[in-house]
Amino acid sequence: MNAIVTVVGQDKVGIIAAVCALLAEYNVNILDISQTIMQGSFTMVMAVDVEKATVSVGDLRTALEQLGEKMEIAIRIQREEIFNAMHRI
Amino acid sequence: MLNQKDILSTIEMIDQQHLDIRTITMGISLLSCCDPDAKRACDKVYDKITRYAERLVKTGEDIEREFGIPIVNKRISVTPMALVAGASETEDYVPFALALDRAAKTCGVNFIGGYSALVQKGMTLADEKLIRSIPEALARTDLVCSSVNVGSTKAGINMDAVALMGRIIKDTAKATEAQDGLGCAKLVVFCNAVEDNPFMAGAFHGVGEAEKIINVGVSGPGVVHHALQAVKGQPFDVVAETVKKTAFRVTRMGQLVAQEASRRLDTPFGIVDLSLAPTPAIGDSVARILEEMGLEVCGTHGTTAALALLNDAVKKGGVMASSSVGGLSGAFIPVSEDEGMIAAARSGVLTLDKLEAMTCVCSVGLDMIAIPGDTPAETISAIIADEAAIGMVNCKTTAVRVLPAVGKTVGDTIEMGGLLGSAPVMPVHPESAAEFIARGGRIPAPMHSLKN
Repeated sequence: MNAIVTVVGQDKVGIIAAVCALLAEYNVNILDISQTIMQGSFTMVMAVDVEKATVSVGDLRTALEQLGEKMEIAIRIQREEIFNAMHRI
Repeated sequence: MLNQKDILSTIEMIDQQHLDIRTITMGISLLSCCDPDAKRACDKVYDKITRYAERLVKTGEDIEREFGIPIVNKRISVTPMALVAGASETEDYVPFALALDRAAKTCGVNFIGGYSALVQKGMTLADEKLIRSIPEALARTDLVCSSVNVGSTKAGINMDAVALMGRIIKDTAKATEAQDGLGCAKLVVFCNAVEDNPFMAGAFHGVGEAEKIINVGVSGPGVVHHALQAVKGQPFDVVAETVKKTAFRVTRMGQLVAQEASRRLDTPFGIVDLSLAPTPAIGDSVARILEEMGLEVCGTHGTTAALALLNDAVKKGGVMASSSVGGLSGAFIPVSEDEGMIAAARSGVLTLDKLEAMTCVCSVGLDMIAIPGDTPAETISAIIADEAAIGMVNCKTTAVRVLPAVGKTVGDTIEMGGLLGSAPVMPVHPESAAEFIARGGRIPAPMHSLKN
């Protein structure tokens, strides 16, 4: 099962490192990363595999949100199906 | 791989344009709860609802967290209670409403609908008992919603029921006076009511439905509004196309959530309702979509045409996105629940007569409209009759949910809070329709009901 992690906020040192470390801690495998600076803000989209994750997507969401609060950026995780449903026929 | 732009556009829709799933509604048949003993029937009602819907709220919250899409309401609809209570030897149906209320609170849902009667052609003794108990039932419960179907294209309009409902609405307002007549926000009078509507106050679980079912209502006025801002000044073909594409996306999300909820709750998927349902929040208004099309204020000339286009395009976009579309499916125009409608009504541009015209081309009808507290019951009945006639002749659902503001008049405002919003009291015509309503009887079904 795949999920999408998105990170949006003010650019600073260590965002990718912190997010990746957290994902590794819960045994989440990263499949793809794309990252740009859009209108001055750091924007990263990651496709991840949560099949072997040690916690549920709901709990991952809580952990990522807490990290986001600490780093003052918005981090979220959503199951991939929602984007497929909305953007693919 | 999904592209980054699509992913970020979805997130923007959820974050900034109020995209959400408005409701997951579980329909539950209560026909098996009939019992000659009213107390035992009420116990069966409570037990069955709490058993079937035990995991509804939790499941909704789980889906919300995993998919990152807000699910605003979790609700229950049940078999029209007059059919269930009719089997019991009792004159007092209020305990059935209390049982529904208790069950809803135990399950943690926002509302429970189905304290209802279907009387389009005539009233049974049970129907009449239920209708007469509505004011007390709504005053003594918090989460129970009630609806009465008084007409249909096939049956015509039951004018005795229309006359009775005018009085029931006034009595309900009086009985819930302390809460600004909140009871009337939970009471709707239908023509051509649908059996699989997930939206309140009119949701009930029709007798043609399965044992239990999951129906989902999506929303997204803010998303449509935002999409139209990008095509300013362009022809209506472009407007319609833009609305269709947006409605498609929104509905696909609804379909996904509906299937997921159905699977997790082991309950068959019923329908996705394509309605554009506004909220009082800024940026979540149907009126503002109409204004975006080029109208200075919603309610001015051109409003009906704009709404007709919007309603049609929403359906066309949504219908391909869902395996089963149902419910009311169209644009809602509840005045108190739509920030743009409230502003238009307050400025006097949007009138009751214009709203009536608008209901000819969109789903439902005169919805969440505050009227002066001293409006005679016959005038309310006449408003219902007009609206039912529109539904009957046009083979569509129409409804009336008016809020007589006890002790208030034009210029005052009633406050209901939350999703129900606030409503400026709108003027009604002072000329009487009392003799018209006093006739009673039935308005025959129109010629085109004879299709067989």
